[in-house]
Amino acid sequence: MSRALQHPSADQIGAIKAFVFFLCMLPAAQLILGWRADSLGANPVETITHATGAWTLRLLLITLAVTPLRRYTGLHWLVRLRRMLGLFAFAYGMAHFGIYLWLDHFFDWQAIANDILKRPYITVGFAALMLMVPLALTSNAAAIKRMGGRRWQALHRSVYAIAVFGVLHYWWLVKADILQPLIYSAVLAVLLGLRAWWRELERRRQLAAPPPVAPSLKGKVIRIVPK
Amino acid sequence: MLIKRPADIPASEITPRDLFDDRRRFLQQAGASLIAGAALWHGVPDNARAAATRLSPLASSPFSTTESQTAYKSVTTYNNFYEFGTDKEDPARNADKMAVRPWTVRVEGLAGKPRTFDIDDLLKLAPLEERIYRLRCVEAWSMVVPWVGFPLSALLKQVDPLGSAKYVEFVTHYDASIMTRRQILNWPYTEGLRLDEAMHPLTILAVGLYGEVLPNQNGAPVRLVVPWKYGFKSAKSIVAIRLHEKQPATAWNQSAPQEYGFYSNVNPEVDHPRWSQASERRIGELRKRPTLMFNGYAEQVASLYQGMDLRKHY
Repeated sequence: MSRALQHPSADQIGAIKAFVFFLCMLPAAQLILGWRADSLGANPVETITHATGAWTLRLLLITLAVTPLRRYTGLHWLVRLRRMLGLFAFAYGMAHFGIYLWLDHFFDWQAIANDILKRPYITVGFAALMLMVPLALTSNAAAIKRMGGRRWQALHRSVYAIAVFGVLHYWWLVKADILQPLIYSAVLAVLLGLRAWWRELERRRQLAAPPPVAPSLKGKVIRIVPK
Repeated sequence: MLIKRPADIPASEITPRDLFDDRRRFLQQAGASLIAGAALWHGVPDNARAAATRLSPLASSPFSTTESQTAYKSVTTYNNFYEFGTDKEDPARNADKMAVRPWTVRVEGLAGKPRTFDIDDLLKLAPLEERIYRLRCVEAWSMVVPWVGFPLSALLKQVDPLGSAKYVEFVTHYDASIMTRRQILNWPYTEGLRLDEAMHPLTILAVGLYGEVLPNQNGAPVRLVVPWKYGFKSAKSIVAIRLHEKQPATAWNQSAPQEYGFYSNVNPEVDHPRWSQASERRIGELRKRPTLMFNGYAEQVASLYQGMDLRKHY
């Protein structure tokens, strides 16, 4: 059993993926069914807007939690769920934006452009979504091959900025009760803080290692370590 | 508990108008109950409640709008009453912990005859009227609510405001044992009006809605309703009314002075710093509608603000 947990077979991975896909669809299904049953409260448009926004943030944070989880549990196959989680975050973000374009502004492009330029919380929300587009477009094996792993990874590090913008978007729109955005911020701070800490650990490790001086090298050795 | 068996409700207490207004919900609920094989009483609590808490007689008012009224369920489940939680559904879930009897309202400050009113005396202070008003929330949604109440001026006249009184402060109920302890706003929540705004015939103290006693989540037992201002000005569950010479502090203004001014008149031309106030979503409707100056009450109240820069006095 624990072997299966550490190293699931291809079939088992497939089943896990199907299950995660199903879980990620649940909030959307709930909203669609709720809309049809008129059970989304007095202001269903607001309910849908808030729910799709919240799931975008949650899925972003879950995506960012994959690497730490992998590192601390040794469950390396978790990384195989990350693309789907990220793409679901993008899908909920697009739904959130789509609802805003349609049911908040009824595709009044002038008003939408004004909103994006004038209202900081909309500006950062829009920026976050736009930054997600290239990540979504390159979330496939062909793109990794075409770009090369290093460049692909550099591009996908923008997810850190996206998550920060996303949380800011939420923080800046609440009226007085900042408890919820505070919780999202704290989770994000831990996830980003871990990465900063790992980087520091790596720096120390490299500094502590004896310089790899080959006997044939006479001159001064310049060591390259992470900042 | 207000839920009674059908036999307990005298037919005479269920007015035809009610049944008429409510027929669709009543039939749906009754039908569902029958299908479920349950007794008819599932469909009845609304009417049982109405019978138990009906306010009458009610005079109609020329200030009432004829626009279609927001569903009772929406009016009583979509509320901002942060003491009971910041989700719109929280007040309806939590406000029944608040005891609304006994209840008194102190009217004090710069008054010749300051006095503490018992709530049951307040209810008899002036003839109760139905006032069907538009309610525009600062969050850009709106409702049409058939309030029951009487002009605030009727109460203020009873205490003889002194010549020096220029402002009115409203202090609301706060009880940490049943309300949130988090300092989301300064508790108790306070609001304020200029004396002439308070004396305006549109300004009422509401004690009911839809012809019934006010549900707790809507500010029972007595709340302010100022229909040309954003909803947060209409303080709920009032315990004291104070006459002042100087403009009193108000909860939202203290929380975010650049966003919520003392006046907070509905104004489509002055945006909230973070969102537009030009349009609103009427609860129950999908399309947004343009917001009207002074929430459509410009004819009655615009003169109060003559010569004032409403961008500055937002």
